Amino acid sequence: MPLIDKRIVKHVALLSRLELNDRELELYSSQLASIIGYISKLNEIDTTNVPPTSHAASNLKNVFRKDVLRQSLDIKDVLSNAPARYDNFFKVPQVIEGK
Amino acid sequence: MREDENRYETVIGLEVHLQLKANTKAFCGCSTLFGQKPNSQTCPVCLGFPGSLPVLNEEAFYSAVKVALALNCKIQDLIKFDRKNYYYPDLPKNFQISQYDMPLSYDGAIYITSGPEKGRKKIRIKRVHLEEDAGKLLHPEGANYSLVDYNRAGIPLLEIVTEPDINSPQEAYDYLTRLKAILEYLKVSDCDMEKGSLRCDANISIRVAGTDKLGTKVELKNMNTFKGVRLALEYEAKRQIALVEEGEKITQETRLWDAEKSLTTPMRTKEEAMDYRYFPEPDLVPFQVDKAVIEKIRRELPELPEAKAKRFSSEYGLSEYDANVITGQLEMADYFEECAKIYQNRKTIANWLMGDITAYLNAENLTIKQIGLSPSDLVGLFNMIDEGTISGKMAKEVLIEAMKKGIKPAEIVERRGLSQISDTAALERVVDAVLARNEKSVDDYRKGKKNALTYLIGQVMKDTNGTANPALVNVILKRRLGD
Repeated sequence: MPLIDKRIVKHVALLSRLELNDRELELYSSQLASIIGYISKLNEIDTTNVPPTSHAASNLKNVFRKDVLRQSLDIKDVLSNAPARYDNFFKVPQVIEGK
Repeated sequence: MREDENRYETVIGLEVHLQLKANTKAFCGCSTLFGQKPNSQTCPVCLGFPGSLPVLNEEAFYSAVKVALALNCKIQDLIKFDRKNYYYPDLPKNFQISQYDMPLSYDGAIYITSGPEKGRKKIRIKRVHLEEDAGKLLHPEGANYSLVDYNRAGIPLLEIVTEPDINSPQEAYDYLTRLKAILEYLKVSDCDMEKGSLRCDANISIRVAGTDKLGTKVELKNMNTFKGVRLALEYEAKRQIALVEEGEKITQETRLWDAEKSLTTPMRTKEEAMDYRYFPEPDLVPFQVDKAVIEKIRRELPELPEAKAKRFSSEYGLSEYDANVITGQLEMADYFEECAKIYQNRKTIANWLMGDITAYLNAENLTIKQIGLSPSDLVGLFNMIDEGTISGKMAKEVLIEAMKKGIKPAEIVERRGLSQISDTAALERVVDAVLARNEKSVDDYRKGKKNALTYLIGQVMKDTNGTANPALVNVILKRRLGD
């Protein structure tokens, strides 16, 4: 059971590209600690012989679709929610690998 | 090369990403066509809109099973997809649907031959799993922004990972060549590195030869050709050996191959280690392939390169080397076989295919199917040589022109009047004329200077613009000179 502290919240925030100030770090650390604490009640149950549940529909298997084309969205619609665009591209803050 | 380099052994593992050929993406019905208008092949699923649900492409799934079986892998009893979480603009959902602990298949192997003296070597395949490709990022020169095209996002992608069984850059090259041949035979992908449908990353470390413990590994990226992979590995092995020799430590890192400068440079890494927080993809149910279906797919696999090479050796009498080269590409193998059906001297077919034809194809970056020379055209050329209509030397010229212009060899010979003069009476007239104006040479020959004959043959060839059948000229000359 990992302890939720500011260090972990900071790490998760970084992975999620969230910028948190000190007050928020403090607040979320204590909130998350209490949420995880509550959920950890589940650990009291012995699950040694219970396989992990990864899907709610446990009997369902092999749901496929045929390799058939469907209409894509109109580019206008695709880009309508984009904060920034350039021609038909999404425009994002510069990311250059390895430079 | 340093004396000390031989003390070290290189340990390499390769990771290949392969776009599977399918009409639609892995989890939605958008087209996978290459080179279309940016973001024109996207939908709520591959753009990761809230509430959209992925459904697996059956075709892509069974292509993946086919590859796994061709690489001698075991198919997982229960196949599960997982989310690999990371934030990067090429990933619209902020996670990639991939596979973690229950991948499609595992424990396979293929065999490579690194030159006749080395024999056959087994390269184990750790796993083959199915995932989705990410979008494409563009970095315009001088701009302070990047551009994203999500047409590629969601294209079915296979990841093929080897065990660290590869011990030299050349073996890595041979493995890739063999793997690509198998994939081409299966017809599951374009395997086009230029279009990015086949990509390769490498892990490399060094250790003192004969020891077991693996050294610190470095990941290499950004190689765009198989030759690039080999060069990058050669460079990196040397760099690591030099470091160890200087008593320095190797840093575990990702390095990028710079093809222009021929060196690797460290990729800027975030201080914190990558943490992908894999968890099961709840929107995709598990998959299971019936044992009977697996066996059916296995039975229906096409004849693969190694088996075909063996058959070419036994059926057509090709040497092991020739058979391996010819079967290295399916198109070439098929072409050979078409020729072999209608022409008995198989060694001749192999020699021409591996020699002048391959040289031309490589120089022009073409495949045998792209040139307008059919197997029967090529065999027609062989027949013209066999019948003495043209010389071997002329045949080469005719072949090049035929490949360049897509004209039948017979037509070129006809049009350019290249047919050898094999008409005895016609040649006798030329020979007589030559003898009449070269009395000295005739004299020399009769006095025992046998090389005077060569000169006389040369004169006949000159008079006929090289079209005389040299063997026939020889016979006529000797007869006239009283031999």
